Amino acid sequence: MQFFLEVLLGGLLTGIMYSMVALGFVLIYKASGVFNFAQGAMVFFAALTAVGLHDLGLSLWLAIPLTMLVMIVLAMAIEKIVLRPLVNQPEITLFMVTIGLTFFIEGLAQAIWGASVRKLEMGIDDVPLEYLLDTLGIAISQFDLVAAGIAFVLVAGLAMFFSKTKVGRALRAVADDHQAALSIGIPLQQIWVIVWGVAGFVALVAGLLWGARNGVQFALTFVALKALPVLILGGFTSVPGAIVGGLIIGASEKIAEVYLGPYVGGGIEGWFPYVLALLFLLARPEGLFGEKIIRRI
Amino acid sequence: MFYREAGQFKATYAEDNQIFPIRQDRIGITLILLLAFLVIPLSASPYIFSAILIPFLIFSLAALGLNILTGYAGQLSLGTAAFMAVGAFASYNFMLRLEGIPVLLAFALSGCCAAAVGIVFGLPSLRIRGFYLAASTLATQFFIVWCLTKIGWFTNYSSSGVITAQQIVIFGYAFDTPAAKYLFVLSVVSIMALLAKNMVRSNTGRSWMAIRDMDMAAEVIGFRPMRTKLLAFAVSSFYCGVAGALYAYAYLGTVEPEGFSLEMSFRILFMVIIGGIGSILGSFLGSAFIVLLPTLLNVLFHFLETELHVELPSGISSSVELMVFGALIIFFLIVEPHGLARLWQIGKEKLRLWPFPH
Repeated sequence: MQFFLEVLLGGLLTGIMYSMVALGFVLIYKASGVFNFAQGAMVFFAALTAVGLHDLGLSLWLAIPLTMLVMIVLAMAIEKIVLRPLVNQPEITLFMVTIGLTFFIEGLAQAIWGASVRKLEMGIDDVPLEYLLDTLGIAISQFDLVAAGIAFVLVAGLAMFFSKTKVGRALRAVADDHQAALSIGIPLQQIWVIVWGVAGFVALVAGLLWGARNGVQFALTFVALKALPVLILGGFTSVPGAIVGGLIIGASEKIAEVYLGPYVGGGIEGWFPYVLALLFLLARPEGLFGEKIIRRI
Repeated sequence: MFYREAGQFKATYAEDNQIFPIRQDRIGITLILLLAFLVIPLSASPYIFSAILIPFLIFSLAALGLNILTGYAGQLSLGTAAFMAVGAFASYNFMLRLEGIPVLLAFALSGCCAAAVGIVFGLPSLRIRGFYLAASTLATQFFIVWCLTKIGWFTNYSSSGVITAQQIVIFGYAFDTPAAKYLFVLSVVSIMALLAKNMVRSNTGRSWMAIRDMDMAAEVIGFRPMRTKLLAFAVSSFYCGVAGALYAYAYLGTVEPEGFSLEMSFRILFMVIIGGIGSILGSFLGSAFIVLLPTLLNVLFHFLETELHVELPSGISSSVELMVFGALIIFFLIVEPHGLARLWQIGKEKLRLWPFPH
């Protein structure tokens, strides 16, 4: 039982990390209807920039805001150069453009900072929390708990931002209906820059957390692939969906790997989340919290 | 002036329904086929065969398969490479386990295996659409590669998971030189492209397009969505499976399951998008573009380094190559979102008026 709890909690905490990446997808999809495949590359780029600046001798507290600035510039460039000429194109074209963007950003990140693995020290040790180990006998990494805390703050902050600020209300209006938002004077292009900037911020946080855990390396881009089943499970347009989906995927993938894996030769973490999400979609095609799909002729 | 169909009257239904109704197109396609079958085999070097022409043809076939599914039937798929893997490993096993099976039969059977897998993984498309479907086809990609890696039987218990393709022998003639392999691939691809061209003009193709444009309306007017969608998955996977078999037998010779990665699926999707969604010609144009681009970039960087002495720090050039590749894809999508096939169409309309545009 203790072992099960340990696996479950470990999975849930990993799931939170998945949610962070999925969150970036959801923000952009909600506001601009673009399925942004480049989110993984943005995570990689942000983490690498922050670590690179840190390695140049800047303190981490200076490097992070500077990286944020870079991400905002990137968001502006993407809006101006890529998205604006492609207004009104079919979704698949926009999707392909973001795959092109993925290649570009990955290349850019490595051209500037090199392709080697960099270590990121955040000052939090990845060791089991002693208190829990002593009282309950469950080994839960201190680092995972901090990451979960940061994720919680981030989501709460985003929720506040979306519901309480003027920009947040404008964002929701754009997400609901582009044309109606335009007609009441919401500057669509500015909103897109903001959304991509916020997604860049989320990518930065996710990148720092994943980077501190696994080292900042190219493999970070694969984390984005894990965010896709989270997305389809939770629904493309729902922020709570990304969180809940992440928790479900994280927990079930760890449990499946530990209890099911040995029977089939292991390594099922790679595809199990997809199959799970697929089976789930068969019952509910719009995901957990996605908008109900109403189709007319 | 030269590309004008004035004066070409169609007096019978057969004439009206032929594949290339315009005489200039017929002449053009004949010339291209003559060039491909006669001139190129006599003139090209082995390097060009094995590094450019053979991969170009094989990826054209895979892109054609994906184009049937995505372009004609409207089902976005990110699992193309997995179907190719099924084709490659199935034909390996057929040749290995059935003594003396003809190569072409093995390829056809491996295509059928891929089609069967395609039908199974196409089942969700009956309920899921759009990006949800695209993301769930990733399940195909990861699951199949995992299966091929983990289940030793598929790779004949080779310890590294790498299989070595047998020789292609038809009627005692071994296709072992690059030129012979090229001709073999070219024949298979031409015949399958012809079949595809006819398929999309037929009732089947029209039902796919109806489903693509609006599946509910298509259902109302009497197309059966289950049959149509699954048929699209089956035919598409068949094409991809044969392409995978050719990839293993005529191009690489040795393949491993990890070689059929997600990146390859994306590359094939790029070919379809850049070439033109819903166009047979587009599959070939897109494949030419994506296969040639890295080669050209390589040559360019080599030229920069040797002739102009622009020293790039080591490791940078591959990153820059990636950047240029991404930037070119973005550029092409912005300039012509409907793909290269659309450019050709515009060119034809211009040619029709040329040189008297008024």
